[in-house]
Formats: sequence, structure tokens, C-alpha cells
Amino acid sequence: MNLTLKIWRQKGPEDKGKLVDYKVNDISEHMSFLEMMDVLNEQLIEQGDEPVAFDHDCREGICGMCSMYINGEAHGPDRGVTTCQLHMRMFNDGDTIYIEPFRAAAFPVIKDLVVDRTAFERIQQAGGYISVNTSGNTQDANAIPISKHAADEAMDAATCIGCGACVATCKNSSAMLFVGAKVSQYALLPQGQVEAADRVRNMVAQMDLEGFGNCTNTGACEIECPKGISLENIARMNREFLSASFIDS
Amino acid sequence: MSGFLKSSIGRKVAMALSAFFLMFFLIIHLAVNITSIFSEDLFNKLSHFMGTNPLVQFALQPVLIFGVVFHFVMGFVLELRNRKAIGVSYAKNNGAANSSWMSRNMIYSGLVILAFLVLHFIDFWIPEINVKYIQGDMSGLVEETQDFRYYEELQHKFLSPLRVGAYVISFVLLALHLLHGFTSAFQSMGATAGRKKAMQTFGKIYAIAIPLGFIIVAVWHHFNHH
Repeated sequence: MNLTLKIWRQKGPEDKGKLVDYKVNDISEHMSFLEMMDVLNEQLIEQGDEPVAFDHDCREGICGMCSMYINGEAHGPDRGVTTCQLHMRMFNDGDTIYIEPFRAAAFPVIKDLVVDRTAFERIQQAGGYISVNTSGNTQDANAIPISKHAADEAMDAATCIGCGACVATCKNSSAMLFVGAKVSQYALLPQGQVEAADRVRNMVAQMDLEGFGNCTNTGACEIECPKGISLENIARMNREFLSASFIDS
Repeated sequence: MSGFLKSSIGRKVAMALSAFFLMFFLIIHLAVNITSIFSEDLFNKLSHFMGTNPLVQFALQPVLIFGVVFHFVMGFVLELRNRKAIGVSYAKNNGAANSSWMSRNMIYSGLVILAFLVLHFIDFWIPEINVKYIQGDMSGLVEETQDFRYYEELQHKFLSPLRVGAYVISFVLLALHLLHGFTSAFQSMGATAGRKKAMQTFGKIYAIAIPLGFIIVAVWHHFNHH
């Protein structure tokens, strides 16, 4: 198939940036979206032009590196996938495709389609862990009874890959689905209880500090999340935050 | 609890609590209004009670005004902060692919409701305050008669098709606001998924029934003037 691409080009963080039109021809419908971008970049290099910078790593849908806002949706029009797992069969011959970086004040553009998502790392560092002494005497995890239901829900929350699609798609650039998932994966397990109040307080404080917006429950994040993280995680974070607010720190 | 209202979730909770209060108020307001359709006498008595009872006037009314002002001010504050959080807008954004129109346009439905409230205050609240607390007439009677004035005033207001039209449009926007707002408020308060389906169904019924009730009252008085 032959396509017209409208790609956001920005030389660096300070550059104003603009959409630039490109043509790619003979794209196979079996290619992934990133492979199509590779074809474009080979074309650009051959012409002596600067290739389009974009994030990618595993190309198996689990690392959360590839971003891109494609035709008005995070990771494009398919559901439950990252950009590397989006296939060209989702598009038609002759289509014009808009390709933009994930937008949020807290995700500044580094170059072209690459954005700085280290705000997520700082939120994680604020409390997205449990303090376990790994001295060699750590007890067997199965020694603590955990219901299947709680284990499944915690695992579902833990599948968040921190890709930032929730922020990119949110009309408020809110990070609450991400933070909700990270809070929930521990809140559901006994090991997470000891630091639960501090965790939610510190992670929410860091989230606010990073300049993410406020959730207005549109539910867009849940739809666009490649891992299907449920809105229930935001409700759980709200409950955790409410109860933590009534506990002395 | 320090700084609770400065945190993003604290603001969400405050927004939801004021919404609950306003949604409860709408039920009371509609209950009184509906009586005007089938009993002029009952409507007059209820209006007089609401308009002159010290508890309603000096305790509930200030709380209600605070609730309304708080909900609007907090709504604007959140909207401005969220706009700042977005930074650069997308050249192409397909919001309809993943969210409802109502959820994306709460600020606009809210602004229409705010404009309606200005009209509603000019229509009913300011004249009431003027008669009762400036002219000092707490009788609730039409001058030089023994008849209550409330029903007559209500009917007089809905003579104008323009006013009825403005009210109907405002209530349609209120319905759209509530269609998202009802469940959103519960989600902000951390309502559990187990009751989600029932809550969503009840929310839809509430969001349509309450504004529809107000529309019926306005239209009924327009066509049944006597």
C-alpha cells in the first residue's frame, strides 16, 4: 500500500517543531507500524535526510518504549496493543496518517517523536515499591496466604508497562491510571500494607509535582491502555488516598 | 489532612461531594415543582414553607449557595490546571474513539448551567429576596388579598416561550452534565466495581428523569396558564 505520512519533526526540546509530509510506497500489510517507520527512515537516509527519531526497544509489546500518537489515538487505532504490535493491515491504501509524539507538559519532547517519560520513574521512586530486606533469609512468598482473587487483581495491575498511553490520551494529561495501577499492585497484597499510607501519599504528591492533570473519569485511558489496566485501579487509589489522609503520617 | 484540597485527588473528592449535595438538592427542588402540576394549594404551601422557614432560609440556603459557588469555582480551577497540564495540543485527536462527548465537555455543559442559574436567580431568587428581606413582606400573599402569590408568579414566568425555550435547552445540558457527572462523582469517591453496573443504570435514570421533570413543569405551565 502507498501512504502519506504527516509526521511531527522537532530538532530538539527548544525547537518549535512542525508536521512534515512524507510518502512511503509498497508497504506490506503484514508490517508492524515500526517496520513501516524503518522503511521511511531507510528512504530518508538514502536521500541524505535526517531520519525520524522514535522510541522502540523489545518490539514484542511488553517494554512500553514505543509511543506515537497515530491518527488521533495513542498507539493508533487498534486496541490492546503498543505501536510495535500495530499492523499496517489496520490502514488502507492511499491513507494519510498523522504521527505525533505523546503530548503532555510532563512529557516534554526530546526529539521528533521521542518524549521524556522520566516523570513516571520519579513517581515510582516516591513509593512504588516495598521495602524488603533481601539478606538471604527472605521467607517463601507462599508462606503468606493470599486469595486467588486478590493475587489476580494485583497481577492485572502489575502488568502496567508504564508506556504513558494513559497520559497521552487523557484530555487532562492525567497520570492517574498509571499511578492507580502502581498503588493497586501493592494495596491488594499483604506485603504492601505496611507502607500503604506513605506510598499513596508520596506517589500522588510526586504525580502532582510533575504537573500531570486531574482525572475527570472520561475512561479514555482504560480504552487506550495496551495492557487493559482497569479504571477500578483509579477508584482504589482514591480510596487508599482518602483513608491515608485520615491517618497521621 | 493538611493540604488535602491542594492534592489532585483531594480536589476530585471535594468536587464529588459538592456534586452529591447539588444532586440531592435537585431532587428536593423537583419534588416541590412537580406539586404545581396537580395542586396549586400544595405548591403554594410548600413554597411558603421553603421561603419562610428559618432553618431552610438561614441554614440550608447559605450551604446551598456555598455548594453551587464551590462546585463552579473548583470546576474552573480544575479545568485551568488541566489545560496547563496538556501543554501542546495534538494536530489530530480522535476523542470520540475512547470517551463520551459528555465526559469531554463537562466545562461547556457546566457553563450553560451557570448561565441558566444567572437567569434563574434573576427570575425567581432576586425578586424573592427583594420582597421578603428588602420590602419586608414575609406574608407570601398577593397584595390586598388572602391568596398566596407563588403559583401565580410561577405561571407568569412561563408565559414567555423564549424563557421556556431557554429553560428546556438548559435542562438538556443539565442531563448531559449529569450523564457523566453522576457516575464520575462515585468513581472519584472510590466506589467499588462490584456495584458499578447498578450505579451506572441508576445514574442514567437520574440524569434523564430529573431534568425531564423540570422540563415537564416549565412546558406544562406554559400551555396550562389560567
